[in-house]
Amino acid sequence: MRRSPLSRALLALLGLAVAAVWAFPVYWMLDSALLPNVVLQSTTPTFLPFGGSLDNFAAVVSDPAFVRALSVSLVVTLTTVGAALVVAFLGALAVSRFRFRGRSAFVLALLLIQMLPAEGLFIAQYKMMSSLGLLNRSLALAVLYTAAVVPFTIWMLRGFVAGVPAELEEAAMVDGLSRTQAFLRITFPLLAPGLVASGVYAFLQAWNEFTVALVVMTDEQSRTLPLWLRGFVQASASRETDWGQVMAASTLVAVPVIVFFLVVQGRMSSGLVGGAVKG
Amino acid sequence: MPSRTLDHDPPGSASGPVPAPTRSAAPRRPGSGASRRLPYLLVLPTVLLLLAALGYPVGWQLVTSLRRFGLAQQFGAPPQWVGLDNYAALVSDPTLWGVVVRSVLFCVVTALVTVAVGGAVAVLMNALDRWTRLALQVALLLAWAMPIVAAMTVWIWIVDWRRGLLNWALVHLGVDSAAGHNWLAEPLSFFVVASVVVVWMSVPFVALSIYAGLTQVGQEVIEAAMLDGASGVQRLRYIYAPLVAPVLSIVMLLQLIWDLRVFTQIKLLQDAGSVANETNLLGTYVYQLGTGKGDFGTASAVSVLILLITVALSWYYVRSLMAQES
Repeated sequence: MRRSPLSRALLALLGLAVAAVWAFPVYWMLDSALLPNVVLQSTTPTFLPFGGSLDNFAAVVSDPAFVRALSVSLVVTLTTVGAALVVAFLGALAVSRFRFRGRSAFVLALLLIQMLPAEGLFIAQYKMMSSLGLLNRSLALAVLYTAAVVPFTIWMLRGFVAGVPAELEEAAMVDGLSRTQAFLRITFPLLAPGLVASGVYAFLQAWNEFTVALVVMTDEQSRTLPLWLRGFVQASASRETDWGQVMAASTLVAVPVIVFFLVVQGRMSSGLVGGAVKG
Repeated sequence: MPSRTLDHDPPGSASGPVPAPTRSAAPRRPGSGASRRLPYLLVLPTVLLLLAALGYPVGWQLVTSLRRFGLAQQFGAPPQWVGLDNYAALVSDPTLWGVVVRSVLFCVVTALVTVAVGGAVAVLMNALDRWTRLALQVALLLAWAMPIVAAMTVWIWIVDWRRGLLNWALVHLGVDSAAGHNWLAEPLSFFVVASVVVVWMSVPFVALSIYAGLTQVGQEVIEAAMLDGASGVQRLRYIYAPLVAPVLSIVMLLQLIWDLRVFTQIKLLQDAGSVANETNLLGTYVYQLGTGKGDFGTASAVSVLILLITVALSWYYVRSLMAQES
């Protein structure tokens, strides 16, 4: 569509302004994280981190509470990713490679369960874990997280499994591979992008989750990273806060998430099995 | 491909980290052939996991919501059956009814604003040239990718009453009363802040989805319409709107569902210094009832209400996904 140069420039300006509004909080987090508290305490905000340093990051990383929360978060997240991938892969195989009685009821149930909010379940989950004596256990949280991500992970993987044609495997068997070999050498590599994407999904969910962690990990020693960040917010209600350190802490939590998110965004859109089978 | 056997995979090789399931969910296993049993074995870990971690809590909640289950019961008194009293309290108890109304209002207003803003951003994106559009998309993706708790800390720092950027900017714009004003102290401004934050978080998904819908509109169609003399408003009204309507309705539905689950945002804003009793929505109220007051009967009834609203809203969306599946 043809537009006059003036209106094009105005549009571009508007677009950049909107972009700035959405990126600003992320920028503000980085900017504040780099500035020392003395600068942040002044009455005028500092918009560019000139003279900034990584001191806030150093302070956060050397805090034993951070290291503890990081290790809890890593254990919970990696357990969730591993368990969710195994359980969901089996489920996805069943759904995409077999027709069986109850199949569509199963899929329907998964889709509905996937929509259920943590808010509608967490008090009962808390009661269950507390009566089992499993509060503050990473395994308990990982089980709840796995259950929360498995339905959508199956839904995601189902597409990838269905995208690998059974004919490929059969052709490899005609060429003399056993069924196991055919699966491991032909189908599995083609599924890798799907497993990566689903794994990243599970990672993001478990790493960011706050609601269920809040009720299951009641002890300060077993906090996950989001709960540890919350500690700063609570402290800010009653006393002066070193916002530079809080922002450095938030940056540390956010960076792996942003990286993973951007990687998957790109990978998902590129072809998955592109050209493996020629019509 | 009907019932393909994948006999390389020893069934039960991965039963998942499930604690001993409380109820057995023995799926039907017609016939005796291994290949007929296999799909059931494959879904077994999922079924057991979901029953233990979600099914049992839902069942417990349904039972408990029909009982008086307060502090006395915590210390061993037998729970009393009270029928639907806990549900009646949803309407008759002014505090509880206030929470319900507030949640629904917050959800509807925030979802409408999100879809309106997201739609506007999508239309803008569609009109931009390549590089500006890319800049806008990157900004949206950054905001989308931010972990929710990290995003909340930044926003709380921005609206901080002592040295936050918001009050500084308002004072510079001539609003002197903003100096040292705590926006989280008053319920109304608290919810405005919460709504702005939720809109900021949700717009990227909405804008990019609607934009994807807009790009489905073929250039030829637009050009033909322009040759026929359709004005910009007419093109929007008669060509874009009908083609984008399905995306728009799905996105609106998802926003309504997601804006009911704002526990994290509300809880953290409350932690930053507001009066929780005046700013509770359904999620935070359940939390307060359960962990604070030990009133699990009422907490369960509210939880069941949350689940029911979600399932009712999700039904249409899930059906459309199922249709796409088969």
